[in-house]
Amino acid sequence: MADAADKTNGSAGDGAFVKPDPPGYFEGESMSRRKALTVAGQALGGIAGAVIVLPAVGFAVAPIFDRPKERWEGVGPISRFTDKTYTPVVFTLVDGIGEAGKTTAYVRKAIPRPPFNETQPYEPYVAISTRCAHLGCPVRFVEAANNFICPCHGGVYDFEGKVVGGPPVRPLDRFQTRVRNGQVEIGPRYSVTSQLDPVRARDPGEFTGGIWNIIYPPRPDTFPAPSGG
Amino acid sequence: MRLPVPQALRRPQRPGEGNGAGPAERLRETPADLVGWLDERTGGASFLTGLLYRKVPKGTNWFYTLGSATLFAFTVQAVTGVFLAMYYDPSPTQAYGSISHLTSDVFLGEFVRGMHKWGASVMIILIWLHMARTYIFGAYKYPRELNWVIGVTLLILTMVMGFTGYLLPFDQRSFWATEVGNNITGTGPLVGPYLADFLRAGAEFGPSTLSRFYAIHMLLVPGLIIALIGAHLYLVVKLGTTAPPWLEPKRSRAVVKEERV
Repeated sequence: MADAADKTNGSAGDGAFVKPDPPGYFEGESMSRRKALTVAGQALGGIAGAVIVLPAVGFAVAPIFDRPKERWEGVGPISRFTDKTYTPVVFTLVDGIGEAGKTTAYVRKAIPRPPFNETQPYEPYVAISTRCAHLGCPVRFVEAANNFICPCHGGVYDFEGKVVGGPPVRPLDRFQTRVRNGQVEIGPRYSVTSQLDPVRARDPGEFTGGIWNIIYPPRPDTFPAPSGG
Repeated sequence: MRLPVPQALRRPQRPGEGNGAGPAERLRETPADLVGWLDERTGGASFLTGLLYRKVPKGTNWFYTLGSATLFAFTVQAVTGVFLAMYYDPSPTQAYGSISHLTSDVFLGEFVRGMHKWGASVMIILIWLHMARTYIFGAYKYPRELNWVIGVTLLILTMVMGFTGYLLPFDQRSFWATEVGNNITGTGPLVGPYLADFLRAGAEFGPSTLSRFYAIHMLLVPGLIIALIGAHLYLVVKLGTTAPPWLEPKRSRAVVKEERV
Protein backbone atom coordinates (compact mmCIF):
# COMPACT_ATOMS: atom_id res chain seq x y z
CA MET A 1 0.00 0.00 0.00
CA ALA A 2 1.49 3.33 1.00
CA ASP A 3 4.51 1.59 2.53
CA ALA A 4 6.33 1.14 -0.76
CA ALA A 5 6.02 4.80 -1.61
CA ASP A 6 7.15 5.84 1.86
CA LYS A 7 10.45 4.04 1.54
CA THR A 8 11.56 5.96 -1.53
CA ASN A 9 11.97 9.24 0.32
CA GLY A 10 9.77 11.09 -2.13
CA SER A 11 12.15 10.97 -5.09
CA ALA A 12 11.48 7.75 -6.94
CA GLY A 13 13.44 8.92 -9.96
CA ASP A 14 17.05 8.33 -8.93
CA GLY A 15 16.27 5.49 -6.48
CA ALA A 16 19.62 6.05 -4.78
CA PHE A 17 18.38 6.40 -1.24
CA VAL A 18 15.91 3.93 0.22
CA LYS A 19 14.39 4.93 3.54
CA PRO A 20 15.33 2.27 6.09
CA ASP A 21 12.65 0.34 7.92
CA PRO A 22 11.82 1.66 11.36
CA PRO A 23 13.82 -0.31 13.94
CA GLY A 24 12.13 -3.53 14.93
CA TYR A 25 10.21 -3.90 11.67
CA PHE A 26 10.78 -6.91 9.51
CA GLU A 27 10.42 -6.89 5.76
CA GLY A 28 6.79 -6.37 4.69
CA GLU A 29 5.47 -5.71 8.21
CA SER A 30 3.17 -2.79 8.81
CA MET A 31 3.55 -3.12 12.56
CA SER A 32 6.48 -4.10 14.75
CA ARG A 33 6.17 -7.15 16.95
CA ARG A 34 6.50 -4.95 20.04
CA LYS A 35 3.66 -2.72 18.85
CA ALA A 36 1.45 -5.70 17.97
CA LEU A 37 1.99 -7.28 21.38
CA THR A 38 1.33 -3.96 23.13
CA VAL A 39 -1.96 -3.47 21.28
CA ALA A 40 -2.97 -7.08 21.85
CA GLY A 41 -2.11 -6.85 25.56
CA GLN A 42 -4.06 -3.66 26.03
CA ALA A 43 -7.03 -5.03 24.10
CA LEU A 44 -7.01 -8.15 26.27
CA GLY A 45 -6.83 -6.01 29.42
CA GLY A 46 -9.69 -3.86 28.16
CA ILE A 47 -11.84 -6.92 27.46
CA ALA A 48 -11.07 -8.37 30.88
CA GLY A 49 -11.99 -5.06 32.51
CA ALA A 50 -15.23 -4.78 30.55
CA VAL A 51 -16.18 -8.35 31.45
CA ILE A 52 -16.05 -7.35 35.12
CA VAL A 53 -17.36 -3.79 34.98
CA LEU A 54 -20.27 -4.11 32.55
CA PRO A 55 -22.19 -6.82 34.44
CA ALA A 56 -21.51 -5.01 37.73
CA VAL A 57 -22.88 -1.73 36.39
CA GLY A 58 -25.85 -3.48 34.79
CA PHE A 59 -26.52 -5.24 38.08
CA ALA A 60 -26.55 -1.92 39.96
CA VAL A 61 -28.66 -0.11 37.37
CA ALA A 62 -31.17 -2.89 36.61
CA PRO A 63 -33.82 -1.82 39.20
CA ILE A 64 -34.46 1.33 37.14
CA PHE A 65 -35.98 -0.89 34.43
CA ASP A 66 -37.67 -3.41 36.69
CA ARG A 67 -41.37 -2.77 37.26
CA PRO A 68 -42.66 -4.55 40.37
CA LYS A 69 -45.75 -6.71 40.25
CA GLU A 70 -48.98 -4.71 40.22
CA ARG A 71 -50.38 -4.67 43.72
CA TRP A 72 -54.01 -4.19 44.81
CA GLU A 73 -55.06 -4.09 48.43
CA GLY A 74 -58.56 -3.90 49.91
CA VAL A 75 -58.98 -1.04 52.35
CA GLY A 76 -62.57 -1.44 53.46
CA PRO A 77 -66.24 -1.85 52.38
CA ILE A 78 -67.77 0.80 50.14
CA SER A 79 -69.97 1.93 53.03
CA ARG A 80 -66.86 3.25 54.75
CA PHE A 81 -66.30 6.06 52.25
CA THR A 82 -68.38 9.15 51.40
CA ASP A 83 -68.00 11.94 48.86
CA LYS A 84 -68.14 14.60 51.58
CA THR A 85 -64.86 13.94 53.39
CA TYR A 86 -61.77 11.78 53.37
CA THR A 87 -61.21 8.58 55.29
CA PRO A 88 -57.55 7.76 56.02
CA VAL A 89 -56.49 4.21 55.20
CA VAL A 90 -53.14 2.54 55.80
CA PHE A 91 -52.00 -0.01 53.27
CA THR A 92 -48.81 -1.71 52.13
CA LEU A 93 -47.14 -0.03 49.18
CA VAL A 94 -43.94 -2.12 49.12
CA ASP A 95 -43.81 -5.72 50.37
CA GLY A 96 -41.16 -7.17 52.63
CA ILE A 97 -39.87 -4.11 54.47
CA GLY A 98 -42.31 -4.00 57.36
CA GLU A 99 -43.53 -0.64 58.59
CA ALA A 100 -41.33 1.25 56.11
CA GLY A 101 -43.35 -0.22 53.23
CA LYS A 102 -46.69 1.09 54.53
CA THR A 103 -48.25 4.38 53.54
CA THR A 104 -51.41 6.34 54.23
CA ALA A 105 -53.93 7.40 51.62
CA TYR A 106 -57.05 9.54 51.99
CA VAL A 107 -60.01 7.97 50.24
CA ARG A 108 -63.40 9.44 49.25
CA LYS A 109 -66.13 8.57 46.79
CA ALA A 110 -65.52 10.27 43.45
CA ILE A 111 -67.95 12.87 42.12
CA PRO A 112 -68.26 12.28 38.35
CA ARG A 113 -67.75 15.41 36.33
CA PRO A 114 -69.69 16.30 33.17
CA PRO A 115 -69.88 15.31 30.39
CA PHE A 116 -71.09 11.95 31.64
CA ASN A 117 -70.49 9.17 29.16
CA GLU A 118 -69.24 5.61 29.00
CA THR A 119 -65.79 6.43 27.59
CA GLN A 120 -64.86 8.87 30.33
CA PRO A 121 -61.95 7.52 32.36
CA TYR A 122 -63.64 7.22 35.66
CA GLU A 123 -62.21 6.25 39.00
CA PRO A 124 -65.05 5.20 41.31
CA TYR A 125 -63.08 6.36 44.34
CA VAL A 126 -60.41 9.00 44.81
CA ALA A 127 -57.38 7.87 46.80
CA ILE A 128 -55.06 10.79 47.55
CA SER A 129 -51.46 9.90 48.35
CA THR A 130 -50.02 11.53 51.47
CA ARG A 131 -46.66 11.96 49.74
CA CYS A 132 -46.19 15.73 49.45
CA ALA A 133 -45.50 16.88 45.88
CA HIS A 134 -42.72 19.12 47.14
CA LEU A 135 -40.15 16.68 48.56
CA GLY A 136 -42.17 13.71 49.78
CA CYS A 137 -43.00 14.42 53.44
CA PRO A 138 -46.30 12.97 54.68
CA VAL A 139 -49.22 15.42 54.41
CA ARG A 140 -52.33 15.15 56.58
CA PHE A 141 -55.92 16.17 55.90
CA VAL A 142 -57.12 18.88 58.26
CA GLU A 143 -60.89 18.59 58.49
CA ALA A 144 -61.45 22.10 59.89
CA ALA A 145 -59.55 23.78 57.05
CA ASN A 146 -60.66 21.25 54.41
CA ASN A 147 -57.01 21.27 53.32
CA PHE A 148 -54.07 18.90 53.09
CA ILE A 149 -51.11 20.37 55.00
CA CYS A 150 -47.48 19.29 54.90
CA PRO A 151 -45.43 19.57 58.11
CA CYS A 152 -42.01 19.98 56.48
CA HIS A 153 -42.04 23.09 54.32
CA GLY A 154 -45.60 24.38 54.55
CA GLY A 155 -47.24 22.99 51.42
CA VAL A 156 -51.05 23.37 51.38
CA TYR A 157 -53.51 21.59 49.05
CA ASP A 158 -57.27 21.98 48.65
CA PHE A 159 -59.94 19.26 48.91
CA GLU A 160 -59.07 17.90 45.43
CA GLY A 161 -55.36 17.93 46.17
CA LYS A 162 -54.58 21.02 44.08
CA VAL A 163 -51.85 23.31 45.38
CA VAL A 164 -53.13 26.40 47.15
CA GLY A 165 -49.93 27.44 48.92
CA GLY A 166 -46.30 26.69 49.66
CA PRO A 167 -43.59 25.14 47.52
CA PRO A 168 -45.29 22.04 45.97
CA VAL A 169 -45.00 21.93 42.18
CA ARG A 170 -48.13 19.92 41.33
CA PRO A 171 -51.23 18.45 42.95
CA LEU A 172 -50.98 15.48 45.28
CA ASP A 173 -50.48 12.05 43.67
CA ARG A 174 -53.31 9.55 43.57
CA PHE A 175 -53.73 5.80 43.58
CA GLN A 176 -55.86 3.83 41.16
CA THR A 177 -59.01 2.46 42.75
CA ARG A 178 -61.51 -0.27 41.94
CA VAL A 179 -64.32 -2.12 43.67
CA ARG A 180 -64.16 -5.90 44.12
CA ASN A 181 -66.76 -7.82 46.12
CA GLY A 182 -67.98 -4.67 47.83
CA GLN A 183 -64.44 -3.79 48.89
CA VAL A 184 -62.63 -0.68 47.75
CA GLU A 185 -59.18 -1.66 46.50
CA ILE A 186 -56.14 0.58 46.04
CA GLY A 187 -53.66 -0.04 43.24
CA PRO A 188 -50.65 1.63 41.63
CA ARG A 189 -49.72 5.27 42.10
CA TYR A 190 -50.15 7.92 39.40
CA SER A 191 -49.50 11.63 39.27
CA VAL A 192 -51.73 14.38 37.92
CA THR A 193 -51.25 17.66 36.10
CA SER A 194 -52.48 20.95 37.51
CA GLN A 195 -55.77 20.20 35.64
CA LEU A 196 -55.94 16.80 37.41
CA ASP A 197 -55.27 14.88 34.16
CA PRO A 198 -53.57 11.58 35.03
CA VAL A 199 -49.94 11.03 34.03
CA ARG A 200 -47.47 8.30 34.89
CA ALA A 201 -46.17 8.56 38.47
CA ARG A 202 -43.46 11.16 38.98
CA ASP A 203 -41.28 11.71 42.02
CA PRO A 204 -42.05 14.66 44.28
CA GLY A 205 -40.52 17.94 43.19
CA GLU A 206 -41.09 17.19 39.50
CA PHE A 207 -43.54 19.34 37.52
CA THR A 208 -46.16 17.63 35.33
CA GLY A 209 -47.96 18.59 32.15
CA GLY A 210 -46.78 20.09 28.86
CA ILE A 211 -43.03 20.34 28.37
CA TRP A 212 -42.44 19.10 31.93
CA ASN A 213 -43.49 15.60 30.88
CA ILE A 214 -40.31 15.58 28.76
CA ILE A 215 -37.99 17.40 31.16
CA TYR A 216 -39.01 14.88 33.84
CA PRO A 217 -39.42 11.81 31.65
CA PRO A 218 -41.63 8.87 32.66
CA ARG A 219 -39.69 6.02 34.23
CA PRO A 220 -39.97 2.38 33.18
CA ASP A 221 -40.40 1.15 36.79
CA THR A 222 -43.72 2.98 37.20
CA PHE A 223 -47.18 1.94 36.02
CA PRO A 224 -49.07 3.55 33.13
CA ALA A 225 -51.60 6.16 34.24
CA PRO A 226 -55.26 5.01 34.30
CA SER A 227 -56.17 6.71 31.02
CA GLY A 228 -53.05 5.37 29.37
CA GLY A 229 -51.31 8.75 29.46
CA MET B 1 19.11 10.70 77.70
CA ARG B 2 18.55 10.51 73.98
CA LEU B 3 16.91 7.48 72.55
CA PRO B 4 18.99 5.83 69.88
CA VAL B 5 17.38 6.58 66.50
CA PRO B 6 18.09 3.94 63.87
CA GLN B 7 20.62 5.13 61.33
CA ALA B 8 18.12 4.85 58.48
CA LEU B 9 15.61 7.16 60.15
CA ARG B 10 18.05 9.90 61.10
CA ARG B 11 17.71 13.27 59.56
CA PRO B 12 19.67 13.35 56.31
CA GLN B 13 22.75 15.56 56.45
CA ARG B 14 22.46 19.06 55.13
CA PRO B 15 24.70 20.03 52.24
CA GLY B 16 28.16 20.88 53.63
CA GLU B 17 27.76 18.64 56.66
CA GLY B 18 29.65 15.36 57.03
CA ASN B 19 32.12 14.06 54.55
CA GLY B 20 30.22 13.44 51.37
CA ALA B 21 27.66 10.87 52.50
CA GLY B 22 26.81 8.93 49.40
CA PRO B 23 25.78 5.42 48.42
CA ALA B 24 29.26 4.11 49.10
CA GLU B 25 29.30 5.52 52.61
CA ARG B 26 25.85 4.16 53.31
CA LEU B 27 27.04 0.73 52.22
CA ARG B 28 29.92 0.95 54.68
CA GLU B 29 27.49 1.56 57.51
CA THR B 30 25.76 -1.75 56.86
CA PRO B 31 22.80 -1.71 59.26
CA ALA B 32 22.47 -4.39 61.88
CA ASP B 33 19.07 -3.26 63.22
CA LEU B 34 15.53 -4.15 62.14
CA VAL B 35 14.75 -0.76 60.61
CA GLY B 36 17.95 -0.94 58.61
CA TRP B 37 17.18 -4.47 57.52
CA LEU B 38 13.75 -3.37 56.26
CA ASP B 39 15.17 -0.26 54.63
CA GLU B 40 17.78 -2.23 52.74
CA ARG B 41 15.02 -4.31 51.21
CA THR B 42 12.31 -1.66 50.65
CA GLY B 43 13.92 1.75 50.55
CA GLY B 44 11.12 2.74 52.91
CA ALA B 45 13.30 4.72 55.30
CA SER B 46 14.61 7.08 52.64
CA PHE B 47 10.99 7.52 51.56
CA LEU B 48 9.98 8.26 55.16
CA THR B 49 12.86 10.67 55.81
CA GLY B 50 12.03 12.43 52.56
CA LEU B 51 8.44 12.70 53.75
CA LEU B 52 9.12 13.73 57.34
CA TYR B 53 12.12 16.03 56.85
CA ARG B 54 10.86 17.78 53.72
CA LYS B 55 11.29 21.52 53.65
CA VAL B 56 8.32 23.72 54.50
CA PRO B 57 8.15 27.43 53.80
CA LYS B 58 8.70 30.14 56.41
CA GLY B 59 5.51 31.20 58.13
CA THR B 60 3.92 27.74 58.18
CA ASN B 61 1.40 27.86 61.03
CA TRP B 62 -1.43 26.03 62.73
CA PHE B 63 -3.81 26.62 59.80
CA TYR B 64 -1.66 24.18 57.84
CA THR B 65 -2.73 21.35 60.16
CA LEU B 66 -6.37 21.40 59.02
CA GLY B 67 -5.69 18.87 56.27
CA SER B 68 -4.03 16.46 58.68
CA ALA B 69 -6.89 17.03 61.12
CA THR B 70 -9.38 16.07 58.41
CA LEU B 71 -7.31 12.97 57.66
CA PHE B 72 -7.40 12.09 61.35
CA ALA B 73 -11.18 12.56 61.44
CA PHE B 74 -11.47 10.24 58.42
CA THR B 75 -9.30 7.67 60.19
CA VAL B 76 -11.57 7.82 63.25
CA GLN B 77 -14.59 7.30 60.98
CA ALA B 78 -12.93 4.38 59.20
CA VAL B 79 -11.92 2.61 62.42
CA THR B 80 -15.18 3.14 64.32
CA GLY B 81 -17.15 2.29 61.16
CA VAL B 82 -15.43 -1.08 60.85
CA PHE B 83 -16.39 -1.94 64.43
CA LEU B 84 -19.96 -0.67 64.07
CA ALA B 85 -20.32 -2.93 61.02
CA MET B 86 -19.73 -5.91 63.30
CA TYR B 87 -23.10 -5.32 64.98
CA TYR B 88 -25.12 -3.56 62.29
CA ASP B 89 -27.69 -5.41 60.17
CA PRO B 90 -28.65 -3.51 57.00
CA SER B 91 -32.13 -4.99 56.52
CA PRO B 92 -35.21 -2.76 56.75
CA THR B 93 -36.77 -4.89 59.45
CA GLN B 94 -33.60 -5.42 61.55
CA ALA B 95 -31.60 -2.21 61.16
CA TYR B 96 -33.29 -0.15 63.86
CA GLY B 97 -33.19 -3.05 66.32
CA SER B 98 -29.52 -3.75 65.69
CA ILE B 99 -28.67 -0.09 66.27
CA SER B 100 -30.58 0.11 69.53
CA HIS B 101 -29.00 -3.17 70.65
CA LEU B 102 -25.57 -1.79 69.75
CA THR B 103 -26.23 1.46 71.59
CA SER B 104 -27.81 0.19 74.77
CA ASP B 105 -26.53 -3.37 75.28
CA VAL B 106 -23.07 -3.67 73.78
CA PHE B 107 -20.11 -2.72 76.00
CA LEU B 108 -18.89 0.76 74.94
CA GLY B 109 -21.35 0.60 72.02
CA GLU B 110 -22.80 4.01 72.77
CA PHE B 111 -19.28 5.47 72.89
CA VAL B 112 -18.14 3.97 69.58
CA ARG B 113 -21.38 4.94 67.86
CA GLY B 114 -21.11 8.41 69.36
CA MET B 115 -17.58 8.77 68.01
CA HIS B 116 -18.82 7.81 64.55
CA LYS B 117 -21.85 10.10 64.73
CA TRP B 118 -20.08 13.18 66.10
CA GLY B 119 -16.91 12.42 64.16
CA ALA B 120 -18.96 12.72 60.97
CA SER B 121 -19.87 16.31 61.84
CA VAL B 122 -16.29 17.05 62.89
CA MET B 123 -14.98 15.75 59.58
CA ILE B 124 -17.45 17.86 57.59
CA ILE B 125 -16.48 20.98 59.56
CA LEU B 126 -12.75 20.30 59.23
CA ILE B 127 -12.87 19.60 55.51
CA TRP B 128 -14.67 22.92 54.90
CA LEU B 129 -12.15 24.78 57.07
CA HIS B 130 -9.30 23.08 55.19
CA MET B 131 -10.86 24.18 51.91
CA ALA B 132 -11.30 27.73 53.21
CA ARG B 133 -7.63 27.82 54.28
CA THR B 134 -6.54 26.65 50.83
CA TYR B 135 -8.72 29.25 49.14
CA ILE B 136 -7.81 32.18 51.38
CA PHE B 137 -4.07 31.42 51.24
CA GLY B 138 -4.23 31.09 47.46
CA ALA B 139 -2.80 27.59 47.75
CA TYR B 140 -4.96 26.32 44.86
CA LYS B 141 -2.91 28.24 42.26
CA TYR B 142 -0.36 26.84 39.82
CA PRO B 143 1.01 24.19 40.09
CA ARG B 144 -1.53 22.92 42.65
CA GLU B 145 -4.77 23.13 40.62
CA LEU B 146 -5.00 19.36 40.25
CA ASN B 147 -4.76 18.96 44.02
CA TRP B 148 -7.62 21.46 44.39
CA VAL B 149 -9.71 19.36 41.98
CA ILE B 150 -8.93 16.18 43.93
CA GLY B 151 -9.76 18.03 47.14
CA VAL B 152 -13.16 19.16 45.84
CA THR B 153 -13.89 15.58 44.76
CA LEU B 154 -13.01 14.46 48.29
CA LEU B 155 -15.37 17.11 49.68
CA ILE B 156 -18.22 15.82 47.50
CA LEU B 157 -17.48 12.22 48.49
CA THR B 158 -17.48 13.24 52.15
CA MET B 159 -20.92 14.80 51.69
CA VAL B 160 -22.05 11.55 49.99
CA MET B 161 -20.84 9.71 53.09
CA GLY B 162 -22.92 12.03 55.25
CA PHE B 163 -26.01 11.50 53.09
CA THR B 164 -25.76 7.71 52.85
CA GLY B 165 -24.77 7.26 56.50
CA TYR B 166 -27.76 9.27 57.70
CA LEU B 167 -30.19 6.56 56.58
CA LEU B 168 -28.48 3.68 58.39
CA PRO B 169 -29.96 4.10 61.92
CA PHE B 170 -33.31 3.72 60.10
CA ASP B 171 -35.40 5.73 62.52
CA GLN B 172 -38.10 8.21 61.47
CA ARG B 173 -35.62 11.03 61.00
CA SER B 174 -33.32 8.89 58.82
CA PHE B 175 -36.17 7.62 56.70
CA TRP B 176 -37.76 10.98 55.94
CA ALA B 177 -34.44 12.74 55.44
CA THR B 178 -33.56 10.11 52.84
CA GLU B 179 -36.97 10.46 51.17
CA VAL B 180 -36.41 14.20 50.90
CA GLY B 181 -32.79 13.79 49.74
CA ASN B 182 -33.75 11.25 47.08
CA ASN B 183 -36.53 13.51 45.85
CA ILE B 184 -34.15 16.45 45.60
CA THR B 185 -31.97 14.21 43.41
CA GLY B 186 -35.03 13.51 41.29
CA THR B 187 -35.60 17.18 40.51
CA GLY B 188 -32.56 17.32 38.19
CA PRO B 189 -33.86 17.66 34.62
CA LEU B 190 -33.82 14.60 32.30
CA VAL B 191 -31.45 12.38 34.33
CA GLY B 192 -32.74 13.28 37.81
CA PRO B 193 -35.64 10.82 37.88
CA TYR B 194 -33.36 7.96 36.83
CA LEU B 195 -30.70 8.94 39.38
CA ALA B 196 -33.31 8.91 42.13
CA ASP B 197 -34.47 5.48 40.96
CA PHE B 198 -30.86 4.28 40.97
CA LEU B 199 -30.34 5.44 44.56
CA ARG B 200 -33.62 3.90 45.72
CA ALA B 201 -33.29 0.78 43.55
CA GLY B 202 -36.82 1.36 42.24
CA ALA B 203 -39.68 3.84 42.07
CA GLU B 204 -40.44 3.64 45.79
CA PHE B 205 -38.34 3.19 48.89
CA GLY B 206 -37.91 -0.57 48.70
CA PRO B 207 -36.30 -3.71 50.10
CA SER B 208 -32.81 -3.00 48.71
CA THR B 209 -32.66 0.76 49.29
CA LEU B 210 -31.09 0.40 52.72
CA SER B 211 -28.52 -2.23 51.69
CA ARG B 212 -27.68 -0.11 48.65
CA PHE B 213 -26.99 2.91 50.85
CA TYR B 214 -25.00 0.68 53.20
CA ALA B 215 -22.82 -0.65 50.37
CA ILE B 216 -22.20 2.86 49.06
CA HIS B 217 -21.47 4.12 52.57
CA MET B 218 -19.05 1.44 53.71
CA LEU B 219 -17.49 0.04 50.53
CA LEU B 220 -17.76 2.18 47.44
CA VAL B 221 -17.15 5.71 48.73
CA PRO B 222 -14.54 4.87 51.41
CA GLY B 223 -12.50 3.06 48.75
CA LEU B 224 -12.64 6.10 46.50
CA ILE B 225 -11.79 8.42 49.41
CA ILE B 226 -8.75 6.37 50.42
CA ALA B 227 -7.47 6.29 46.84
CA LEU B 228 -7.97 10.03 46.39
CA ILE B 229 -6.37 10.85 49.77
CA GLY B 230 -3.32 8.92 48.53
CA ALA B 231 -3.18 11.05 45.39
CA HIS B 232 -3.82 14.21 47.42
CA LEU B 233 -0.92 13.50 49.82
CA TYR B 234 1.39 12.47 47.00
CA LEU B 235 0.88 15.85 45.35
CA VAL B 236 1.30 17.71 48.66
CA VAL B 237 4.68 16.05 49.21
CA LYS B 238 5.74 16.37 45.58
CA LEU B 239 4.78 20.02 45.14
CA GLY B 240 5.40 21.23 48.70
CA THR B 241 3.19 23.66 50.59
CA THR B 242 2.77 27.36 49.96
CA ALA B 243 4.01 30.21 52.13
CA PRO B 244 1.28 32.26 53.74
CA PRO B 245 0.25 35.16 51.50
CA TRP B 246 1.30 37.83 54.01
CA LEU B 247 4.99 36.91 53.66
CA GLU B 248 6.84 39.32 51.40
CA PRO B 249 8.56 37.77 48.40
CA LYS B 250 12.35 37.95 48.53
CA ARG B 251 12.49 40.02 45.36
CA SER B 252 12.22 43.78 45.41
CA ARG B 253 8.87 45.38 44.69
CA ALA B 254 10.21 46.74 41.44
CA VAL B 255 11.06 43.27 40.19
CA VAL B 256 7.70 41.91 41.25
CA LYS B 257 5.95 44.76 39.47
CA GLU B 258 7.97 44.12 36.34
CA GLU B 259 7.12 40.42 36.43
CA ARG B 260 3.40 41.15 36.59
CA VAL B 261 3.37 42.84 33.18
